[in-house]
Amino acid sequence: MKKIFEKAAHAVLFASSTVSIITVLLIILFLFREGLGLFGQKPIEDGQVLLVNKSNPVNNLTSDELKNIFDQEYTNWKTVGGSNDSILLFRIDDIFNYYTEDELAGVDTNMQLLNEKVSELVGKQTGMVAFIPEKQLVLNDKVKTIEVEPVTVSGFFGGELWFPTSQPSAQFGILPLLLGTLWVSLLAILIALPFGLATAVYMAEIARPSVRNMLKPVVELLSGIPSVVYGFFGLIVIVPLVQQLFNLPVGETGLAGSIVLAIMALPTIITVAEDSIRNTPRSMKEASLALGATHWQTIYRVIIPYASSGITAAVILGIGRAIGETMAVLMVTGNAAIIPHTILQPMRTIPATIAAELGEAAKGGMHYKALFALGCILFLITLLVNITVEFISGGKRIKR
Amino acid sequence: MKRIIATVIISLVAIYSANAQKLKGSDTVLPLAQKEAEEYMKKNKSARITVTGGGSGVGISALIENSTDIAMASRKMKLSEKMKITEGKKTVVETVVAYDALAVIVNPNNAVSQLTREQLEGIFTGKIKNWKEVGGENMPIVVYGRESSSGTYDFFKEHVLNNKNYAPSVMSMPATGAIVQSVSQTKGAIGYVGFAYIENNIKALKISFDGGKKFVAPSSKAAKDKSYPISRPLYFYSLASSAKLIKPFIDFILSPEGQKIVEKEGFITLK
Repeated sequence: MKKIFEKAAHAVLFASSTVSIITVLLIILFLFREGLGLFGQKPIEDGQVLLVNKSNPVNNLTSDELKNIFDQEYTNWKTVGGSNDSILLFRIDDIFNYYTEDELAGVDTNMQLLNEKVSELVGKQTGMVAFIPEKQLVLNDKVKTIEVEPVTVSGFFGGELWFPTSQPSAQFGILPLLLGTLWVSLLAILIALPFGLATAVYMAEIARPSVRNMLKPVVELLSGIPSVVYGFFGLIVIVPLVQQLFNLPVGETGLAGSIVLAIMALPTIITVAEDSIRNTPRSMKEASLALGATHWQTIYRVIIPYASSGITAAVILGIGRAIGETMAVLMVTGNAAIIPHTILQPMRTIPATIAAELGEAAKGGMHYKALFALGCILFLITLLVNITVEFISGGKRIKR
Repeated sequence: MKRIIATVIISLVAIYSANAQKLKGSDTVLPLAQKEAEEYMKKNKSARITVTGGGSGVGISALIENSTDIAMASRKMKLSEKMKITEGKKTVVETVVAYDALAVIVNPNNAVSQLTREQLEGIFTGKIKNWKEVGGENMPIVVYGRESSSGTYDFFKEHVLNNKNYAPSVMSMPATGAIVQSVSQTKGAIGYVGFAYIENNIKALKISFDGGKKFVAPSSKAAKDKSYPISRPLYFYSLASSAKLIKPFIDFILSPEGQKIVEKEGFITLK
């Protein structure tokens, strides 16, 4: 009877661990499948097409050229390797500038009629580029479509522009987002670590029990505050403070984000580090004191080395919180997708981007896939941090 | 006993689902829709209306995925979005419920009090970087905008920027309230907000769309007689198949009583 029970228990444990591991693997697989679908796709919105006059020598455009054309930065086809002819932009609503109401009668219900008119128009205007729906596209012999260069891996990682909803050519350059995330979270952990460690050592070793019993719940309470509250606090208090302190034109900066994140990561770091410091065996401490070491020497020669793996765990959890935090960062860093040169600039982080944009991204579209690709990158960064810390703390353990 | 509970639950669910409707979308329309829903539910005890925000794009996405009954939008539905609905063999119904004017706001300490459309375009596309270029003090311009999911973002881009992209350095804020807060505490700031958000701690600029001949301050009168150039309709989008469910509520908004709430909330009535 007992044996059967034991076997059943084993089976249940095995099954539940397998299920959880498979779930995690499936989530990762899903993440990467959606994310990798981005590459090789054309950055032009689904179901839309670019139409030009047949006499135009330009056959394909990079997404960057396309953006500049539709932003009216490039006004002559010469700039993109065409003939000397000025560029005339056409969007579907412009049709009313070229045809009278009578000529367009019934056009809002009949897509085909609309497209016929557009083709006719583009056939007449040599410099025109029209951005129109592909559905029921009517090609006559005077027009042709233009190909847009697909999204490449290097364009994705090295691109400096993030305009995922820009039409007709969306821009998916994640360099500003990636750098923003790294700057904000690295500085946050640099601020949080000394304060967190000092508080943990103080609470575990120096504070009187009555003080400690009061401090501990207070610190744990901090971790229970929702991140929106931290964000609002940051926007009202820290942002103006940073602005005045450094005499900046704008207070929404990476630094403000780092400070808010540091405050948010503190409770995690303090609680985990303090627990591991308190787990140092009494015998080790007493041995050190008996050998004549002072209390301070005991702390930094015996207790901290003993607790180092717990402290590194605290750091990982802290970094994890900092890199993945969305709401608070969204409110205080300004979210401008520019490449940061100092920490005193507005920045846009990856989690904030995903949180702000996933709601509107149509399922399965380019933007949706780009956001999943960002999620993959976030996952890889956290994985890298974990592996590094494991490696470092593992090395220490062998030495000891 | 069990049977009674079951009957109660079933009938509750039936009542609930018969009159429950969900609204999702534009943050600009959100306060108005909430107030309208509140008043409507006061009159019709059995009605259950939930209103959530997120931005026009979010609402329309939800309508396409059938997770909301009405999508509130502060911009017209894009062709691509409309095509997604027609692909699912559904028809979409558009209702204009009110008008809104967009105010361009600056810090009250800013000397500049009027701008032309061309100057606004320069500022928001990053060509104009200092206030002295538009007749103000020598200080850098800090530009605030909304996230790309916001209908206000699209509307401002289409009507003021002539469809050009915003400069990458424009800061995108998660909510209109955050823009008001940031502009009120940043001296060189400029941003755009819905008419209902104008408060004392920010200054709304006079705008000219005719190259500087006539500058008009945003006011409900100027928006109504169309002399203020940046105004827009606010839409409710729904599927034709759910027309029966939502008709009473939409009728209420369009009634004189509902339009009174529109005025009270700082928007512009239809008539």
